[in-house]
This record gives sequence, structure tokens and C-alpha cells, in this order.
Amino acid sequence: MAGVRFWREIQSRYNLVGVKCGNCGTIDFPPRPLCLKCHRESVGKMEPYQLSGLGEVVSYTIVHDAPKHLSMQVPYVLAIIKMEEGPSLTGQILDMDPKDVKIGMKVRATLRRVSEESPSGVIYYGYKFVPL
Amino acid sequence: MREVAVIGIGVTKFGELWDKSYRELAIEAGLLAMKDAKISSEDIDAMYLGNMSAGRLVEQEHVGALAADYAGLVTRNVPSTRIEAADASGGLAFRHGYLAVASGMHDIVVVGGAEKMTDANDMQVVETLASSSDVEWEAFFGGTLPALFAMMARRHMHEYGTTKAQLASVAVKNHKHGMKNPNAQFRNEIKVDAVVKATMVADPLGLFDCSPLSDGAAAVILCPLDKAKKYTDKPVKVIGSGQASDMLALHDRKSLTSISSTVAAAKRAFEQAKKKPSDIDVAELHDSYTIAEIISIEDLGFSKPGEAAKGVENGEFSLGGRLPINTSGGLKARGHPLGATGVAQVVEIVHQLRGTAGERQVKDAKVGLTHNLGGTGGTAVVHIFERA
Repeated sequence: MAGVRFWREIQSRYNLVGVKCGNCGTIDFPPRPLCLKCHRESVGKMEPYQLSGLGEVVSYTIVHDAPKHLSMQVPYVLAIIKMEEGPSLTGQILDMDPKDVKIGMKVRATLRRVSEESPSGVIYYGYKFVPL
Repeated sequence: MREVAVIGIGVTKFGELWDKSYRELAIEAGLLAMKDAKISSEDIDAMYLGNMSAGRLVEQEHVGALAADYAGLVTRNVPSTRIEAADASGGLAFRHGYLAVASGMHDIVVVGGAEKMTDANDMQVVETLASSSDVEWEAFFGGTLPALFAMMARRHMHEYGTTKAQLASVAVKNHKHGMKNPNAQFRNEIKVDAVVKATMVADPLGLFDCSPLSDGAAAVILCPLDKAKKYTDKPVKVIGSGQASDMLALHDRKSLTSISSTVAAAKRAFEQAKKKPSDIDVAELHDSYTIAEIISIEDLGFSKPGEAAKGVENGEFSLGGRLPINTSGGLKARGHPLGATGVAQVVEIVHQLRGTAGERQVKDAKVGLTHNLGGTGGTAVVHIFERA
């Protein structure tokens, strides 16, 4: 991925900035241009909204076979996390034994290195999760 | 809308076909289908080609034109369209061919599906498969395609008590069926224990829970039903065609144990066909991962939610069972050349409804169904067929 492609998403990947619909109040992450409930009514009314970073595990897997940019990290725990504001997202869980990860477990987001383009290339940061 | 029939089918061997190029595979399947329908390239009005990722896998885009060129259709400037919806590309190309004939725009249409996966290295393939998910918000954070299906499997286990051995029984069944298919990539029996103990890919899915990397192509010829008897004694009618979308990212879905695109596409196809799940005699489902077949059986209404895994384990969906599923070997054993799969599914169902499926023939099959998913289900395509 080229650098600029990553920069565009920094607010969301570093600070969990999603959107709140100014029409119905629904919070979504990552930002989307239209509210899925209000459709046209939401045009121009989607405001940035920062998530707290707290959520719980809906499902998870332990990944043993990963693309090159993540191959140094295998095996890693990948999970779907339902955030307390409503939206769900996908991220790694770390700082614990993968065997102890459970559905329903409470986690919080933390900023970590996600991957790097090459040994001397751009480093990509983003959210990962740790147990509460 | 005109009624539409399949009058010709062709499929190559699936597998690691080192000596065959992308274009050779596509043309081989097309020529087999044309021979089967007893037509020549001068009879063809349009071509639709399902292909997921020739650009990544063989560094060739514009494969619609490539196929028309090498099939000889180019001398009459026949329109040729490549259709892409990840690994639902083949099923979706079939739908577009069907719509073209049904609408009256074209009479004789060839629908192909082709993919060449073994010219790329394994890493490129992993990344290509992951690109059918949401690249910015799933793949970037480590979401591979098997990892996403693994999270569906884990949730299915959590909600319904589905076991790893039950997932394995999908692979065991499909390998057993694949043994009877001369074109299948794998024609060996495997045991539940071997599937359960296989190298982990994304826990709880092991290597044998995953469909393989494959090369292969398939093609079918469509025409209006009222002209079908001119070409074949055994036309097969397309009686229902349904397509639907779902949230691209798995984490945005309401449920991880049901794919709403399958449910919606099936509803549309069943309504058009005026059939219900219990009318289906044989079906080809999208078992890209073992859990995908379990969830699809439930979403298509062949089992109640949470009961498909037990059904597979008890042989309900094996040859000889109440509804044989993936008699071809499915994606698991026949092989899964991404864009070819949806068309190969149609080839198998046409064989079954013609009564030409050989050792794997379902006795007196009259109505058949195909189900093709793109990625984790952002696209689903369902077709229903009947012996004319």
C-alpha cells in the first residue's frame, strides 16, 4: 500500500474516529458517507465521532497462515469486537495467551504497529486490543 | 422474459495444471461446451466470462477480449464481457448470460469461467483471496479469507455446539464424492481424524477444511427454451435466478452464523421457480471452507439453523441421502479455480438432470440448485434448474 493510501485512514486507525448520523444518531465505524438507516436524509449530516475503545469479543480465530506483511506475527489472534457504541470491527488481540481468549471477553483498544512495507519501509500503525 | 435452457456443457480437469495457460484452459472448456451443443463459433451471439483475478494471478486484465480472440469469436466482433464478483464471478457470469437470453437481446450465449491460480506464488494467492474481503478494514489488520470463515465457524460452534469433527465431515463427504468425478482435483478418501488433526490455517479451520488452489475452466451454452430442441434431446431449463449482496466486511453483519445474501438470493430464485427447498433433488453449494457449506445448507432452507452439521455427519447430504450436496466433490475436492467454480457447478447440475453423471448420478434427479458465494458472502448467486 502506498503511503498516502494509509494517511487517509489515520484518524480512524489511530484514534478510532467513526461517524455519527446527524439525523438518527446511529454511530458507525469506519466512517461511511451515508447512514444505512436514513440513506438520503443523512447526506451532509454525518459527523466525526470518536469511539471509546471499549468492546467485547464476538468471535475470534488464531491465524497460522498470513500474508507476507504479517508473517512475522503468526500465530496471532484475530477477533471481531463489538464496540460499546454499537459498531463492530476486526482487530488483533494481544498481551495474553491465545488459549485464554473467550467469546464475550471485554477488551480495550490500544495503538500498536500493525505491519511494515519492508524491513526499511513505511511502518503502519493501527488499533489492536488487549484484555481489560 | 423468455424461458432459457442450457444446451451445452464443458469442463476441464481441475488441479495444478502446470502445462496449461489461462487462455488454453478457457478455450478448452468453451470448445467442449460448443461440441456438446453441436454448434460452431459462428452461432454464438455473445460471451460472458467469470474471472476473479487474472490481473493479480496471471497479470492479465481484459480477459473478456482475450477469450473472444482465442475462441475465434473476434472475427465477427462478438461482444464479450468479463464479470467479477470474487469467487462468485462464475455464478454471476451465468446469471448475466441468462439475463441476456431471457431479455431477448441475444439467442445463443456462451458463459465461461476460468482461473489460473498456480502461476502465482502462494503469498500472492493468500493476498488475492483476502482482497475479496474489506481490504482496508479486515485484511489490513490481519484478516485472511480463512480467518474470516474461521470466525464464522467459532461463532457457529458457540451458538449451536457444532464440533470440529462435524465440520470435518463436510470435507470427508466431498472427497468421497470427488472420487467419482474424473475431473476432480482430489480423488482420494480422507478420514475425519485426518481433517481434525491437519495443520492449522486459522483455528478452528485446518488445511483440510479449506478448498485448494486450482487451475481450471468451465463453460455452458444457453439459448431460448423454444429453440433448445434443435440442439439437444435433453435441454435443462433455468427456472430461477437470484442474486443478492451483503455487507462486505464480516464484522458489519447482523449475524456471523448466517449469510443474508444467500438467504435473499435463494428467496428470489425459489419464488421465480415456484419451488421450495424440499423440491430440490441435488445441489452444488459453495464449500470454499467446510463451515461455508454448513451455513449455506441452513441459509438455503435445507436444514433448520444449527442442524446442518449433524445432517452432514449423518449422511443426509451424501450420495444416497435425502439431498445429495456437492456430488461433483464440491470446491473442496473438485477444486476451486475461483471464477470457474460457479460455472462448473452448473455443469454438474446439468449432468445430474440429464442423467449423465455416471457413478455419482442422483437417481431420477429432476430439480437442481447451484449456490455460489463471493468471499465471505458480499455476493451470493443462486440458480434453480429443471429437466425440460
